[in-house]
Amino acid sequence: MLPVLPGVATFGLISGVAMIGSGMTPFAAMAMSVATYAGTAQLAALQLLAAGAPLVVIFFAALVLNLRFALYSLSMAPHFRSSTTPRKWLYSYLLSDNGYAHFITRYATHPDESGKVGYYFGACTAIWTVWQTSTAIGVAMGAGIPAAWRLEFTVTLTFFALGISVIRDKAMAVAAATAAVTAVVASGLPYRLGLIVAAAAGIAAGLLAERWTR
Amino acid sequence: MDPLTTWLLIAGLAVSSFATRGAFILFLARLPIPAAVQRGLRFVPAAVFAALVIPDIAFAGGVLKLGIDNPKLVAALVAGPVAWRTRNTLATIVAGMVALHLAQRFLV
Repeated sequence: MLPVLPGVATFGLISGVAMIGSGMTPFAAMAMSVATYAGTAQLAALQLLAAGAPLVVIFFAALVLNLRFALYSLSMAPHFRSSTTPRKWLYSYLLSDNGYAHFITRYATHPDESGKVGYYFGACTAIWTVWQTSTAIGVAMGAGIPAAWRLEFTVTLTFFALGISVIRDKAMAVAAATAAVTAVVASGLPYRLGLIVAAAAGIAAGLLAERWTR
Repeated sequence: MDPLTTWLLIAGLAVSSFATRGAFILFLARLPIPAAVQRGLRFVPAAVFAALVIPDIAFAGGVLKLGIDNPKLVAALVAGPVAWRTRNTLATIVAGMVALHLAQRFLV
């Protein structure tokens, strides 16, 4: 079993509960889960919708959150160069934080090893299946989970763990710390624009730190 | 939530998630990426995750709370070292949730 699956399952469960909690029908919730397959953007969108943000703002915030997928896409593209176009569509759809992290930690150091695309497909299919199944369970349980359990905080903890696990050097730590402080200071900005401002500040700080430490 | 908003939201999020995932695998495979952009992209996950998580931990009921009377902050202080040491999401969640409930019970 992949070590990331328990985290995926918890997050999927929470995502399912959150969608029902925000007033979606079970059918719409599962449609959203299968069509977008983007837990972070889904939860952020629901949170913004509940706060009364217009759809345009929600799409912009989701796009900002999804930009990390473009980074993964850039990094994965060379590995799929000899795959057929339909397969590239499938592999793109299946790309996820955990799938990417899993693949890259194994193949970044051995890029020419055979069977890597099969490995990617297998890992990503397992993650997708666990995600959709646990989301369905969350949808079925719906409002049945007591609010006192504070299950929503496990989403924050999931991102917290992911955020810490992607920090590999000092410059990345500087980027994360700057983004964190900026996000707190800029949290008063409307439409969660603070998220975008903070991400930009973090990236800039990371680039500066990289230059100074070299 | 009315049905039109729901389906527009789903469609918009679906386009946004697929377009970003396929960006370089499918659509811009031949586009040369400037080295400066590639260096910047490296920091995206760390910056975005920090910006997403930290305000949620630091604020309680819309007020900045940086003391041990903020259970989410206490939970993060416990979960952080666990995440760093183990690099394990589940262990981080368990440690954080236990700390959250203990802090709610004894520190507030």
